[in-house]
Amino acid sequence: MRTVTVVGASLAGLHAARALRAEGFDGRLVIVGAERHRPYDRPPLSKSFLTQRPPGDVELADLRLCDREEEDALAAEWHLGTRATALDTAGRTVTVDDGRTVRTLRTDGVVIATGAAPRTLPGPPLAGVHVLRTYDDAHALRTALHDGTPRVVVIGGGFIGAEAASSCAALGLPVTVVEAAPLPLVPQLGPDLARICADLPARHGVRLLCGTGVAALRDGGTGRVRAVELADGRLLDADLVIVGIGVRPATGWLTGSGLRLDDGVVCDAGGVTAVPRVVAVGDVARCAGVRTEHWTSAAEQPATAVRNLLAGRTVARHETPPYFWSDQYGVRLQLAGRPGPGDAVRIVEGDPGDGGFLAVHERDGCTTAVFAADRPRPFMRLRRRLATDPPGSPGPSGTPAAPAGAPGAAFWPYCSAASGHRCAAPTPGA
Amino acid sequence: MIPVCRTEDLPEGGAVRIEIDATTPAIAVFRSEGALYALDDRCSHQDASLSEGWVEGCQVECPLHAALFDLRTGVPSCLPARRPVRTHEVTEADGMIHVRPAARENTVREDAYA
Ligand SMILES: Cc1cc2nc3c(=O)[nH]c(=O)nc-3n(C[C@H](O)[C@H](O)[C@H](O)COP(=O)(O)OP(=O)(O)OC[C@H]3O[C@@H](n4cnc5c(N)ncnc54)[C@H](O)[C@@H]3O)c2cc1C
Ligand code: FES
Repeated sequence: MRTVTVVGASLAGLHAARALRAEGFDGRLVIVGAERHRPYDRPPLSKSFLTQRPPGDVELADLRLCDREEEDALAAEWHLGTRATALDTAGRTVTVDDGRTVRTLRTDGVVIATGAAPRTLPGPPLAGVHVLRTYDDAHALRTALHDGTPRVVVIGGGFIGAEAASSCAALGLPVTVVEAAPLPLVPQLGPDLARICADLPARHGVRLLCGTGVAALRDGGTGRVRAVELADGRLLDADLVIVGIGVRPATGWLTGSGLRLDDGVVCDAGGVTAVPRVVAVGDVARCAGVRTEHWTSAAEQPATAVRNLLAGRTVARHETPPYFWSDQYGVRLQLAGRPGPGDAVRIVEGDPGDGGFLAVHERDGCTTAVFAADRPRPFMRLRRRLATDPPGSPGPSGTPAAPAGAPGAAFWPYCSAASGHRCAAPTPGA
Repeated sequence: MIPVCRTEDLPEGGAVRIEIDATTPAIAVFRSEGALYALDDRCSHQDASLSEGWVEGCQVECPLHAALFDLRTGVPSCLPARRPVRTHEVTEADGMIHVRPAARENTVREDAYA
């Protein structure tokens, strides 16, 4: 392969570029990114970045994912502020548009790393309504939050919504979170932990309204949002609205490319698509049926996908248990593994009613996931065991792990016979 | 020298975090394979406390994104951390552990070219 084009210049794209060079690819490396900024890190954007009076301690330079020295070493051709608009898998070209000219770049291999973009509410755009994905989004939101004392309504109680609401509360702003489900964070944490975490907002003066959707945003004819109308008819006054209702994988440019798209670019556990020499990584990739939206997956998957790209077939699979963290209301939440709907949740350390705690999800004698609120040290120990324990290691109570292929298999690949592992059941306190 | 804790309060593989004053960054003191090490507690990547990290040999792994730091030099050996953390002098005598915080250098900020 003489030319590889990485589309998407953020976390996963940069890691793919690094991996290509680390694997000895010495051909032409082209990186195409729609944003005008060099790769930067997103997680602080909903956290420390928002709470600082502009300009604060955390600025774009502090969020950068690589320095100039590393960039020089990558010897890549950067096309920033440039959007890929089409991929021709037969002719091996990527069409790019920088707003002035449309060009067609010839390439041998392609790494798709276009991430995801926020979902928006239907209706015309209104001033005062924000989403939070990019540095530019965060910058605009921060400027608005620090202008007077806006009444904030956050739509969506997921991680972005919760972190943004918590940052607004830290700024002393009146905040209401609207969540359509009966409880926030159920898909991410499972019902038991979601219930335990549900009183965090109230303890920090944030009003949480669950079980009701949003009917419309009202502007009173001014073009600027004035209120949020809920599905149950209630009207919430709002000077500023943050819409955190999830993201859509950025696959629009791949329509007609012949790649299978189904809530992301469909690929195997090694990031390999059905089209030769095209791999997908990060938030945009649906690997072996699962699409993750976590920082660590986006940073880890590219090493595997790039090996496969250079080998021309799947020689490696990314199988590390998923991991994410979230900082909200002064609490650091961390979860590793794949909690399943029927899992039993057991608190193994601390007390949820009184500060931090550590919990494990268990199913049929297997530990499927580990969760911590402000317990980084023991969490780390269990997370490592989840990833590294050899087959057949003892379960949490000292009993042997469930046999391979036990009913928990649907939720935790480490329990499945196909993966060759049995469950990794950490022993708390070991 | 600033007292950290008594010898028995820092067992093998353990870490202690000390706050000195409002202007001095917190320091983490580790004991690994018999030796003592003192580093700035805050990870040079983002907001995590290295005293909560995983210590193995002469390395500590950050509890948030798994960057590894050399306990002897404070230099990261893998991403996502790119800058070293400061190291401090640490001594153990008469059943007590002490640190001498390193003089604070001006942190040089790379030119912003983003
Ligand atoms: C505010 C915020 C806070 C977060 N906090 C956490 C956290 O605490 N913990 C955690 O685990 N995860 C967190 N995440 C998630 C994490 O940041 C993402 O999982 C990660 O950024 C995914 O990386 P990616 O490179 O796959 O995609 P992205 O970061 O979305 O990058 C994709 C890039 O591709 C570009 N692009 C899109 N389409 C095109 C195109 N057609 N042509 C060219 N370029 C294109 C985009 O502009 C973008 O720059 C957070 C995310 C956000 C937004
Ligand atoms: S905060 Fe330490 S590696 Fe990110």
